[in-house]
Amino acid sequence: MAETLAQKIVARAAGRSSVEPGELVTCRVDLAMLHDSGGPRRVAPILERLGVGLWDPSRVVLVSDHYVPAVDPESARILDLTRRWGRAHEVARHYDMLGICHVVLAEHGHVRPGMFVVGGDSHTPTAGAFGAFAMGVGASEMAAVLATGEIWLEVPETLRILLDGRPGPGVVAKDVLLALCRMIGLGGAGYRAIEYGGEGLAGFAMEERMTLANMAAELGGITGLVPPDRRTLAWLERAGVSLDEAELTRWRSDPDAPVAATLRLELDRLAPQVAAPHSPANAAPVDEVEPVPIDQAYIGACTGAKLVDLHMAASVLRGRKVAAGTRLLVAPASARVWREAAADGTLATLTEAGAVMLPSGCGACAGYGAGVLAEGEVCIASTARNFKGRMGAPSSRVYLASPLTVAASAVAGRIADPRPLLAERRDPEPIGEEAARVG
Amino acid sequence: MSAELEGRAFLVGDDVDTDLLAPGAYMKAPIEELARHCLEALDPDFARSVQPGDILLAGRNFGTGSSREQAAQALSLLGIRAVVARSFAGIFYRNALNLGLLAVVCPEWDGIARFDRVRVDPRAGRLVHLASGRSFACRPIPPHLLEMVESGGIVPWLERRLAARRAEGAR
Repeated sequence: MAETLAQKIVARAAGRSSVEPGELVTCRVDLAMLHDSGGPRRVAPILERLGVGLWDPSRVVLVSDHYVPAVDPESARILDLTRRWGRAHEVARHYDMLGICHVVLAEHGHVRPGMFVVGGDSHTPTAGAFGAFAMGVGASEMAAVLATGEIWLEVPETLRILLDGRPGPGVVAKDVLLALCRMIGLGGAGYRAIEYGGEGLAGFAMEERMTLANMAAELGGITGLVPPDRRTLAWLERAGVSLDEAELTRWRSDPDAPVAATLRLELDRLAPQVAAPHSPANAAPVDEVEPVPIDQAYIGACTGAKLVDLHMAASVLRGRKVAAGTRLLVAPASARVWREAAADGTLATLTEAGAVMLPSGCGACAGYGAGVLAEGEVCIASTARNFKGRMGAPSSRVYLASPLTVAASAVAGRIADPRPLLAERRDPEPIGEEAARVG
Repeated sequence: MSAELEGRAFLVGDDVDTDLLAPGAYMKAPIEELARHCLEALDPDFARSVQPGDILLAGRNFGTGSSREQAAQALSLLGIRAVVARSFAGIFYRNALNLGLLAVVCPEWDGIARFDRVRVDPRAGRLVHLASGRSFACRPIPPHLLEMVESGGIVPWLERRLAARRAEGAR
């Protein structure tokens, strides 16, 4: 029987030769990721009550990224508790203030094709960019995983999303996702596995694929999968993981595998997208969105502050200034992104344009860290969610867009199309090419 | 033990997200304090107007967003005994059941008004509007999941399972 990539990974994790959608199975977890917010402070009391330790500390990755750096005694206490718990349970891989969990996992080669990953965060599907089945869970379920190494699952059907053609200038993975959110609605995937495909997919750098997989969460997928290719191998090689090319043929859907539905998106016809408050599904082409004045532009989060995202912002901001009356805040997604952006001149470009740099972490995206909004303020952000009140005061309004569109809007002081600014460049460098070098 | 529940219906719309249910600003605070702010951006009086035993009737994609289980925990703490929604975000659905809060998928429940009395049967998959006697088909909760919910959620359920394993090992 022909199987999807999701079925193949679930079957392997469940110790079965094959599984069918709808079956209830128990999977062995290859990697469990937890962070400071939903992690030790919530799971420690449960494990104590159960009277058990970790099933396998070598399969656990702990990341402090939500409350970093501490801003008050309570966040400091949470970070301290997280460190102590990691030491007590011999979790060797604790990334403390080194970046956002999903980006850190990828940078260190912790996620590989065919793995079954469970993470205590809804954007865990990001790992699907590497061909891993990765699902987010709450703290009680994470505690159960840590105690037993197992999780129950209803084998999901697959929603296939085919990307045709090549995106034009100013159009990137974030625009693809916002357009998809509009097409199928928030949660429209109905907890199916999303699998990306199509000839257009090969052109996306790994970090752009991470954006595709990341926002499977907003589409309502249990996971978002990108079948691995040579680009995947090249990224993993750089992260110190060498894989046999046979893994590439093993971890892909059979051509005739039945799927629940197939959706096509023509990349050549796609314009930069902007999602209006308070839902990613309120997306529209930027030229159809009212050019509302903005108080803050924010480049941050697992979705929108990887190195390629900062490169996008810099490509717009080089030689330009943030508009008076508007502030641009940039929180690079990880310590490594900081280092690489410093080394290649990107940070200088951003700060010369007037960007204010913030620490790596989840930060203002979820209203936890620096950069939150006042009553009535308007923000355009490269993050994944613009739910009411998420980023600050309940009456604040957040628009979502790509780092290109966020940067263009920062320069204009209102929501703006990045394409005219990119076209003005004497040496136009398509962002896809730049991204390809990175990936 | 019958899993059937009867209570007053409290209505909310589509796409009620986890930032509304468990606002980020209170995520560091004790759950009792966070629960007082549950859904306040949607309805400032929500926490004060729900009564223990209420059943939340929701639209599509309830609980969309974050994996924070405080979203489900806050509802439980306010006395909500079940959430009946046209559809759920997957992680919220798991979290609710894992915390012993009934989450029932009911694609259609038109005609039920705020504070009407309803009865939910998660085993049979049925929602009944008591005033009119109308019955709506729901997705039944599989027996093994219902067993977990009835034991109080995944932690008490696992506690029992581990104890049974230990007893077996000791024999």
